Amino acid sequence: MSRTFSKAIGRSGLYLSIAGFTFFAAFPFAWMAITVFKRILDLYNIHNNPFLFNLPPTMENIRLLFGETLFTRWLANTAFVGAFVVLITLLAAVPAGYSLARLARGWGQKFGIGIFLTYLVPPSLLFIPLARVVSALHLQDRFWALILVYPSFTIPFCTWLLMGFFKSVPAELEEAAMVDGCSRLGALRRIVLPISIAGLLTVVIFAFTLSIQEFVYALTFISPSAQKTVSVGVPTDLIRGDVYYWGALMAGALVATIPVAFLYSLFLDRFISGLTAGAFR
Amino acid sequence: MEEGAIREPWRAVARHRLRGDRLLGPLMLAPAILYIVALVGFPLLLAIYLSFSNATTGSQTLNYVGLTNFARALDSTIFRAALTNTFVFTLVSEILVIVLGNVLALTLQQKFRGRPVVRFLILMPWAAPFALGAIGWKWMFDSLYSVVNWMLRAIHILGPHDFPQWLGVTKLAMAAIITVHVWRMLPFSAIVILAGLSAIPQEVLDAAAVDGASFPQRFWHILVPMLLPITTVAVLFGTVFTFTDLSLVYILTAGGPFNSTHVLSSWAFQVGIIAGDLAQGAAIALFLLPVLLVVAIGMLRTASRAEAGV
Repeated sequence: MSRTFSKAIGRSGLYLSIAGFTFFAAFPFAWMAITVFKRILDLYNIHNNPFLFNLPPTMENIRLLFGETLFTRWLANTAFVGAFVVLITLLAAVPAGYSLARLARGWGQKFGIGIFLTYLVPPSLLFIPLARVVSALHLQDRFWALILVYPSFTIPFCTWLLMGFFKSVPAELEEAAMVDGCSRLGALRRIVLPISIAGLLTVVIFAFTLSIQEFVYALTFISPSAQKTVSVGVPTDLIRGDVYYWGALMAGALVATIPVAFLYSLFLDRFISGLTAGAFR
Repeated sequence: MEEGAIREPWRAVARHRLRGDRLLGPLMLAPAILYIVALVGFPLLLAIYLSFSNATTGSQTLNYVGLTNFARALDSTIFRAALTNTFVFTLVSEILVIVLGNVLALTLQQKFRGRPVVRFLILMPWAAPFALGAIGWKWMFDSLYSVVNWMLRAIHILGPHDFPQWLGVTKLAMAAIITVHVWRMLPFSAIVILAGLSAIPQEVLDAAAVDGASFPQRFWHILVPMLLPITTVAVLFGTVFTFTDLSLVYILTAGGPFNSTHVLSSWAFQVGIIAGDLAQGAAIALFLLPVLLVVAIGMLRTASRAEAGV
């Protein structure tokens, strides 16, 4: 009797906790979604219940976002920057991760942790000197500055992740291939990389989403609207004078958020296990 | 004999490879190292160099000015407020994040219907580009049309004519900043702690229950000690992300009202980039360094403790 009773309490406590946390996490997005489809007169009336459509829903905010702002340009810039960052990251992190996993004897683990720790050097410490570097290279106000700088945080993390992936590939497979006349690099290309496809995909997704999410460098290096990425363009440019276009702002924020959040959460467990492995191993 | 004959070619190959590897290893590592040295190591040194100079965004020449920038930073009341805010912000939000993160992790560990959907929704704040989530919160804290205030009025926590200015009053603005930061960091620490939870073998908990340990006993004597290392990791990462955050204050209050809600990073941005005083900005940002060094040492110590198998 008392056992079922305490179990019932535990169960309702659980559902209360689920409801509370889900509300806290998801409410802002729900409110953003409602705002997107509201008319201005409906939105800016303090007597209205904000959760009801007191006036019929409208597509006007979305039309404004795509038709009269540089939003599509920002999306394109973001995709372009992300693609280049992924490319540079792979070119540097794949050989580095392999080298640390297989070729480094003894010093590999220490070096790996050293590289991982550089991921902890925050943009807040680097954006001022990097602003100087970027302007010396004449990349100021061009998104090429971001393509140059973003790999400085994607390479350390992805090298670390790939090192873990390559270590989990049995060394005998490569050795067998090398006995059969493959070179070290040949074995990497023909044996190790195809097996590590999941690891490579993780790295691609992370390099891409981390560069979409980045804010500080993009804010510091780039002022012209046409060169902005989406996570800086939306919060800084959809404001004219002191007027906020809240409907269009929320539309822009949601359009960019949903695909990124979806991709990222698919691979989040790998990201977290990479981070904690960095702190533990 | 026969076995040796089979092994021979392996050995020859291995010896040959080893010689090649000694060269190939560093060669394959070089691009990554060069990138990190050029764009993390060098800028870090440049930051220190700039902080002892009189560099501005406009000028090309640099002069050594000693500790002037640090002295000027410490002289400013805005800087001292930013320093206090940074510590208050980090401390309060980390405490909330760790306590709530443990509760959330224990919740997500249970089996219940619709768990994948709940998990996705709960992870959203961390997975979304944060600048965009923060702009949603700015709208929620609007001076007139704040939906938060509307709900508080609807459940009679606020009177019908109360319109608290969340982003316009220093104390409320700090509370708003901390709330939004907890919103973003909570999923992260919950998932980190959840990873640690699932590493605790269920048999240990079951065995304790069979031996008659009550839930509080199991909680304090098994769960807490076993969760401590992973919680430490969550705290260390959380501290780095919180202590150095710039985007949240920049978007939510831009340091206002009257520069009272700045943190070190946002004040460094204001002085170094917007006002163009690179040297002064670099000096302000360098005040972040001591805490980051402590975190890095903490990280290496958990790492070596884990290696020792403790």
